[in-house]
Amino acid sequence: MAKYSKAMLAGLYKTLYTIRVFENSCIKLYRQGLIRGYFHPYLGQEAIATGVCAALEKDDYITSTHRGHGHCIAWGGDLKKMVAELLGKETGYCSGRGGSMHIADITAGNLGANGIVGGGIPLGLGAALGASIRGERRVAVTFASDGASNNGVFAESLNMAGAWNLPYILVIENNQYAVSTPIEEVTRVSDLYKRGPGYGVESVCVDGNDVLEVYQQAKEAVTLCRRGKGPVLLEAKTYRHMGHHVNDPGAYMPEETLAYYKSKDPVKIGRKYLLEMGKATEEEARDIEKAVEHEMEEAIEFAVTSPEPSLEEFLKEV
Amino acid sequence: MSTTQETAQARTRTIMYREALNEALREEMRRDPKVFLMGEGVAQRGGSYKVTTGLLDEFGPKRVMDTPISEASFVGAGVGAAITGMRPVVEILFVDFAMLALDQIANQAAKFKFITGGKGKVPLVLRTQGGVGSGLAAQHSQSLEALFYHIPGLKLIMPSTPYDAKGLLKSAIREDDPVIFIEHKLLYMTTGEVPEEEYSIELGKADIKRRGTDVTIIAWSHMVLRALAAAEKLAEEGIEAEVFDPRSLVPLDKEMIIDSVKKTENVVIVQEAVRRGGIASDIASIIQAEAFDYLDGPIEILAGKNTPIPFNLNLEKACVPQEEDIIEAVRRMVSGT
Ligand SMILES: Cc1ncc(C[n+]2csc(CCOP(=O)(O)OP(=O)(O)O)c2C)c(N)n1
Ligand SMILES: [Mg+2]
Repeated sequence: MAKYSKAMLAGLYKTLYTIRVFENSCIKLYRQGLIRGYFHPYLGQEAIATGVCAALEKDDYITSTHRGHGHCIAWGGDLKKMVAELLGKETGYCSGRGGSMHIADITAGNLGANGIVGGGIPLGLGAALGASIRGERRVAVTFASDGASNNGVFAESLNMAGAWNLPYILVIENNQYAVSTPIEEVTRVSDLYKRGPGYGVESVCVDGNDVLEVYQQAKEAVTLCRRGKGPVLLEAKTYRHMGHHVNDPGAYMPEETLAYYKSKDPVKIGRKYLLEMGKATEEEARDIEKAVEHEMEEAIEFAVTSPEPSLEEFLKEV
Repeated sequence: MSTTQETAQARTRTIMYREALNEALREEMRRDPKVFLMGEGVAQRGGSYKVTTGLLDEFGPKRVMDTPISEASFVGAGVGAAITGMRPVVEILFVDFAMLALDQIANQAAKFKFITGGKGKVPLVLRTQGGVGSGLAAQHSQSLEALFYHIPGLKLIMPSTPYDAKGLLKSAIREDDPVIFIEHKLLYMTTGEVPEEEYSIELGKADIKRRGTDVTIIAWSHMVLRALAAAEKLAEEGIEAEVFDPRSLVPLDKEMIIDSVKKTENVVIVQEAVRRGGIASDIASIIQAEAFDYLDGPIEILAGKNTPIPFNLNLEKACVPQEEDIIEAVRRMVSGT
């Protein structure tokens, strides 16, 4: 594996740790009744959003999913606006209209989480199409999971992206479940990257818990796309650390499998890289963690004290 | 208690709406081996709202199938199985996701009988659920019944009580035309009485959930519960509201609607779905055409705001008719102000 600078590794670790802290803190807010509706935690999958987004540039595009907090954070999202949105506040990313499943940061190129499984796939395709028509060197990345790969839009979009040589990267976060349905029960070949070659699409599979492996493959995919050699299908194998959403105990997830993936915790792996490859000290790692925890506290404070959306204003809109 | 229930057998049990649906599926699957279920998580998980709990154990994986997230194709497969002799009951988790299967619903299921000159049958039930819950936001809260109402060739059922849910689902499964059966996420845990004995309810028969003489409140699905609560408060003021539940929107029991209107001479229609292009407007036009001379004044429609459902709870609440809205509308109408 290539060697990475301390600064780079520190940046990756900060993102991994931020996602972890964000999810854990917001789950607490959920349990306190401050957050309502659906909340699908990204716990266990942090390395995928972190590694992929680190390989992108500011003017690229991403589309996200119902499990979208990690993508938003890795894309540089503002924690304050994110928590505020989860609390339904006026100061949130979507002025309290969207909630967890619809957080978007359009002007920054984050085209949004999505309540429809697979909904983001054609949106990402279209963003890549627009960039290609305008002759820009931008890339569009769609995050989706194994469940979405069985929806028609997956096949249709992969085909179109291939036919039109689009700068499009379809990242399948194969966490092996759609809610409680295991991927191998609803498809014959659960190595999903194997579907790419049939469409003539460059396809790779990575360990989704290893941030450097994800980063390296994403970087290559981005390079291909910028050279007009896209699209790329990138499968990242991973596993959730808990059930499908905060109220799902995940009883169907075998204990040994969960324990195995927890022993390959993406946040711990990222920390190890920082200490071993980056030669950072324990104290330097702690400093990053403290800064993240502080930022999170500020974000919660901001969100909790933010105003509710005005009902009067809303009624004028509708 | 509703009129239908009054005439039902005296021996009853109190069960939840979701249990009533489960019983209907179980009874029909026992009765007819051609009935089978498919949908996301209906087998091993027993359904996201626990409607299909225990059915995998009893009927096995050939008759209770978990599907991939492939709405267009598993609904289409339901149509294909139906036209070749099966009686599939297909579940779509949220009516919002039925949009992914619209071709199969509107162009295939709804058209098949007609384009085959009446020779083809499509005994398919598409079970789904809709409506505002609590902070589920724009893609998980819609009331989309008007889309199906609009398409000739589909039947459309929206039960409000466990009794209706069970009796109507049983009839829907025995029906030879495709039936869209829309439940409501806020109804699954509500309880009501069902007879010990087997029963079914004919599709197309309305039900009066509360008798009254001053005003007819027409409502379906979850709005029936709001209308009933409003009617109780109005009774304290001496206003007797009749709560009229069509239950079946296609076919619609026009005759019974007109009878109720002739009696009360005042009509409020309550619909959770957005106002524009809604079923309430169509029912109002039917009443105007057939009972205009009996009306005391204009028909009032209370409906959802013409907007996607917001995540914030205060805004969400403002988007659909509330009990107080119904009370106020009836007061305005009865007092003539
Ligand atoms: C079109 C559609 N069908 C069904 C659902 C309900 N649903 C929400 S998340 C989910 C599972 C998605 O699985 P996957 O794509 O693997 O994503 P993961 O939850 O693993 O991140 C389902 C079935 C939905 N939101 N949209
Ligand atoms: Mg998955």
